[in-house]
Amino acid sequence: MDYSEKVMDHFANPRNCRKMEDADGVGTVGNPTCGDLMTIYIKVEDDKIEDISFQTFGCGAAIATSSMITEIAVGKTLEEALNISRNDVAEELDGLPPVKMHCSNLAADGLQAAIENYYETHQS
Amino acid sequence: MYLDNSATTKISDEVFEEMLPYLKDEFGNPSTLYSIGRESKKALEEARQRIADSINAKKDEIIFTGGGSESDNLAIKGIAFKLQKKGKHIITSEIEHPAVKESLHFLESLDFKVTYLPVYENGIIKIEDLIEAITPETILITIMHGNNEIGSLQPIEEIGRIAHENGILFHTDAVQTFGKVKIDVEKQNIDLLSVSSHKINGPKGVGAIYIKKGVRLVPLIHGGGQERGIRAGTENVAGIVGFGKAAELATSKLDEHAEKLSKIRDEIVEKVLNTIPESYLNGDVNQRLPNLANIRFKAIEGESLILLLDAKGYQASTGSACSSNKLEASPVLTALGLDPVDVHGSLRISLAPESDEFDVDEFVDILSEAVARLREMSPLWNQELDYDGVMCKKHDDCRMC
Ligand SMILES: Cc1ncc(COP(=O)(O)O)c(C=O)c1O
Ligand code: FES
Repeated sequence: MDYSEKVMDHFANPRNCRKMEDADGVGTVGNPTCGDLMTIYIKVEDDKIEDISFQTFGCGAAIATSSMITEIAVGKTLEEALNISRNDVAEELDGLPPVKMHCSNLAADGLQAAIENYYETHQS
Repeated sequence: MYLDNSATTKISDEVFEEMLPYLKDEFGNPSTLYSIGRESKKALEEARQRIADSINAKKDEIIFTGGGSESDNLAIKGIAFKLQKKGKHIITSEIEHPAVKESLHFLESLDFKVTYLPVYENGIIKIEDLIEAITPETILITIMHGNNEIGSLQPIEEIGRIAHENGILFHTDAVQTFGKVKIDVEKQNIDLLSVSSHKINGPKGVGAIYIKKGVRLVPLIHGGGQERGIRAGTENVAGIVGFGKAAELATSKLDEHAEKLSKIRDEIVEKVLNTIPESYLNGDVNQRLPNLANIRFKAIEGESLILLLDAKGYQASTGSACSSNKLEASPVLTALGLDPVDVHGSLRISLAPESDEFDVDEFVDILSEAVARLREMSPLWNQELDYDGVMCKKHDDCRMC
């Protein structure tokens, strides 16, 4: 697979890869039948993403995009974070092979799911 | 360390040396009458004899082709076109190589009917299923000898016997077994057999088909009458010479190599299954290729495993959808009845005679570390995740779901 150096770096040294026991929001997306499943955990303070982490079952691109989205999202407001698109993730990684674009979709979806879960559980 | 010899192999020094003159000074066209052409013709016929000898065939039963895929296409379409007035039914297995499977799909588009025999957990067909599938319309049975992903060996001698009892032709794709497992076309009741050079330390883009004397088929490539009119085109002399040498070398040391490689294979499997929790062997324990092992690991995905191993200098392959251009999980592993997650976590290790410098302990350590690392990252490992409830929601460009 033709991965950029940045993809390989995030794959080999993933940032923020851990389970978060006290997360405020958790989102899991993907389909293990297709070979990918991603869980994103967020900790929220003052409407901002204080801390973020992930766990991923998937290919090199799936792991790299999860790692990258945690770097992009940390410190952002929830609204800003909801606007992160798959292209943002791919661009930050210096591109992805065309067949792997759906992996960056997954990262963006995962973050969205985590934020939605936060709203559901924290707004009354 | 290269551990993907089922994909392709390195040309051996002896083969390379033997080919060299034909890439340079011995450039004659085998169809011409003057001396330099005659030299090429002689080399071509010598190679043909070597291939024939290695499967107990006669020299004029061997036709050179552009590789295993072409041989499969020629056998299947060639017989189908020849015998279509007699019947339009063909029997095969669920785990054939794409060269066989896609040839059959093509024939289905021309109104041929194909029965795909199931393989069971061990990757082997059942003879009862075969007998049951035979109809008066059946003209051909095409079932591979050794599987390229899991290495399981089919009972070809018995399949051939049943084919002949019913007046049906039998073709087998022996690309993975040729030079590794004994083949005797007489004893094993084979009418057509496909082989390829680049799986046995020969050059790429050369193969052969054995066509039993008296069996007629329709050619796919028409032209100047080479290869007895069955496969036109000026022969790839250097490639064929290399193939002949590779076949001779592999066959003359077949037992020695099989013993050596199966020992390494078994050592790998034993150590992996003992050290790595939730790891399992795919395919049959006994009836399998001496040089191949396919192992699956729970809760990890194969492409990322391949990348980690490659970073440590080991090249192997996987049946994960993520590593295929079509993003399709291995149909072979799926046919074994494995859970899709397990199909994604498969690793194929395949050896060649030159793999004996291999430090199994070091490899197993690295593999075990890589698996542990990916599991630590995986939401499926040691967690009660109900993934059936997740399934992708807006995954438009995911073609799997
Ligand atoms: C079982 C089997 N059949 C056919 C082929 C195709 O052979 P070739 O690459 O020479 O076309 C291969 C190799 O990829 C194979 O493993
Ligand atoms: S996780 Fe399968 S292609 Fe990325």
